[in-house]
Amino acid sequence: MQLLPLILLPAAASGAAYLVRSVRLRSTILIGTAAVHLGLVGRLWGDPGSPVPGAWLAIDPLGLLVLSLVSVLFLVTGVYAVGFLRREPPRGGRVFVTGLLGFLAAATLVAVSHHLALLWVGMETTTLALAPLVYHRHDRRSLEAVWKYLLLSSVGIALALLGTFFLAAAQSWGHPLLLEDLIAGATSLHPSLLRTAFIFLLVGYGTKMGLAPLHAWKPDTYGEAPSLVAGLMAGGLTSCAFLGVARITEVTIAAGLASFVQPLLLSFGVVSLVVAAAFMIGQGDLKRLLAYSSVEHMGLLVLGLGLGGVGPYGTVLHLVNNALTKGVVFLAVGNVVLATGSASADEAKGILRRLPVSGVLLLLGLFAVTGSPPFGLFLSEFTILNAAIAQGHPWIALAVVVLLAIIFVGMASVVLEVVYAPAEHPAPVDRESLLLVGGPALLLAAVLMLGLYVPLPLHRMLMAAAQGLGVAAP
Amino acid sequence: MSGLHELLLLCVVLTNFWVLGTTRLSSTIRATAIQGALLAALPIALHPSWSIHTIGLAAGTFLVKTVILPSFLAWAIREAAVRREIEPLIGFSTSLALGAVAVALSFGIAQRIPLPESDSSLLIPVALSTVMVGLLVLTTRNKALSQVVGYLVLENGIFVFGLSQVERVPFLVELGVLLDIFVGIFIMGIVVFHINRAFDSLDSTRLTELKD
Repeated sequence: MQLLPLILLPAAASGAAYLVRSVRLRSTILIGTAAVHLGLVGRLWGDPGSPVPGAWLAIDPLGLLVLSLVSVLFLVTGVYAVGFLRREPPRGGRVFVTGLLGFLAAATLVAVSHHLALLWVGMETTTLALAPLVYHRHDRRSLEAVWKYLLLSSVGIALALLGTFFLAAAQSWGHPLLLEDLIAGATSLHPSLLRTAFIFLLVGYGTKMGLAPLHAWKPDTYGEAPSLVAGLMAGGLTSCAFLGVARITEVTIAAGLASFVQPLLLSFGVVSLVVAAAFMIGQGDLKRLLAYSSVEHMGLLVLGLGLGGVGPYGTVLHLVNNALTKGVVFLAVGNVVLATGSASADEAKGILRRLPVSGVLLLLGLFAVTGSPPFGLFLSEFTILNAAIAQGHPWIALAVVVLLAIIFVGMASVVLEVVYAPAEHPAPVDRESLLLVGGPALLLAAVLMLGLYVPLPLHRMLMAAAQGLGVAAP
Repeated sequence: MSGLHELLLLCVVLTNFWVLGTTRLSSTIRATAIQGALLAALPIALHPSWSIHTIGLAAGTFLVKTVILPSFLAWAIREAAVRREIEPLIGFSTSLALGAVAVALSFGIAQRIPLPESDSSLLIPVALSTVMVGLLVLTTRNKALSQVVGYLVLENGIFVFGLSQVERVPFLVELGVLLDIFVGIFIMGIVVFHINRAFDSLDSTRLTELKD
């Protein structure tokens, strides 16, 4: 029963934020809720509680990881949002905070629900809660972005609902769709209905993850949404969607259909990397560049999941690294946008002189997000490559290395130019508020630490989560 | 009672063709309202045991799909002063023909889906054909509002499919699903309204500023 407050607290705070008129009080509600949420999640690490059979809400290693990522990222984003709303015109401040807190409630529901239909409800709610935030600027471009986002995500999520019903049809007992029951009774699930369910759920939640070729909404949405919202999507929303894919993969592999699941996951992974590499070359908009980088990392996540062996461990480690790094780069780009008024790479040239701290964050974030040592993403990408070779897919390993190299060149050519090139319109050095650079700097430190050393409790949790995903049937 | 749900399901297919074949937006909205009412009657016709579960489901469905959403969408087109779908990507007669193909295809597929116990032999084919018609409308119509209607039809198809599993998915979850769909369409309607104001048109083909 310690899980229900985790959902109800942000939901109630979301309603309160809508009713409150004072900006100060609203900011307090936002940060206070985020901090209490993180505290409650931290307590779950010490004492996950004993599992109640038949409970719809439960905590397991993978769910706890996703929940913690969302919670950490949300606190950082929340603090940033306070600084951001001071600089932006006040329009939308009320809806903005309400939507953010609504997202936190829905994402928590996704992370803790072991009832797969309830998980769907949470997933759809995350989509809807963020829609008004994408439209924050109220102009034509953001309108187009929110329309594409809503329509494509809704169709994707509708297909996931169809998949959920197929899953219900595949089981022969009369119980609700509880994850534990499904895994325990996996071998008695109807195989061809389970396959159909897997395909629909993979396509549905894959659309929300932004796996290519289902990623069409992603560049537009990330490009037009305020950077902190895009960061929350790239780090939090996609992690939730990945959890959906991981849950159904767990069930399907437990049913002994690994040979059906793995090729599908691998092909989505490779196609995502290819698409990301192709569109990152010559990309002139920083946020769209990061959106394709997100497609790349989602591809790596399902790739590791599909490889088996140490692949799932690499995937969960990558999940953690990706979420934290996306927070760093999107918030750093957000500062660039606040200073120059656009995310276009040409306008942002010479940003290191103008915004020394954000410039450095952007530069280091570039190395982190492309998986350079000594950052955490290097370690997780290396683990996934290792899995590819160990599991007998040397060609996939080779393709991934080549594609990652192309992506590195594509990203570096844009970001290095932005950071170092002489400014076209030299501007004085801006004073950077601690609210706007403190959070991303802390996240960057965490990513750096994860590249050098994974703390023991986290390592244990990652192993436990990977074990749930990697029970390969003979 | 066994004949009643078959009749209702056939009427669902007819409303699909209505949506496909009509140019007037207000008429397509009326078609979805009627489809919503048919869907609300289905759980009662299928499970005439009058449990709280089926009655709650029927009442909720009727309220959302027949009363609130259609009147909201009708309000949106009245405010936006659009009446007709102009020149969709595929002509009306072609989309009707494609709708017929979808129905035939669904019957073919439904026979090959090994569903354990089904309450009605028509349930699955009607569900699948409604899903396909929804996708067809979504992809081939230009007006943003028609696309919302397409999404609604798609959701209706999934709802019919879900009815075959009504005993397995508990009431609370169904309420959540219904609420999510409701809010989703509501937000879409608001966006449609803004599109009209910003672009002086509900034409989603004008949304082409964002590209690589």
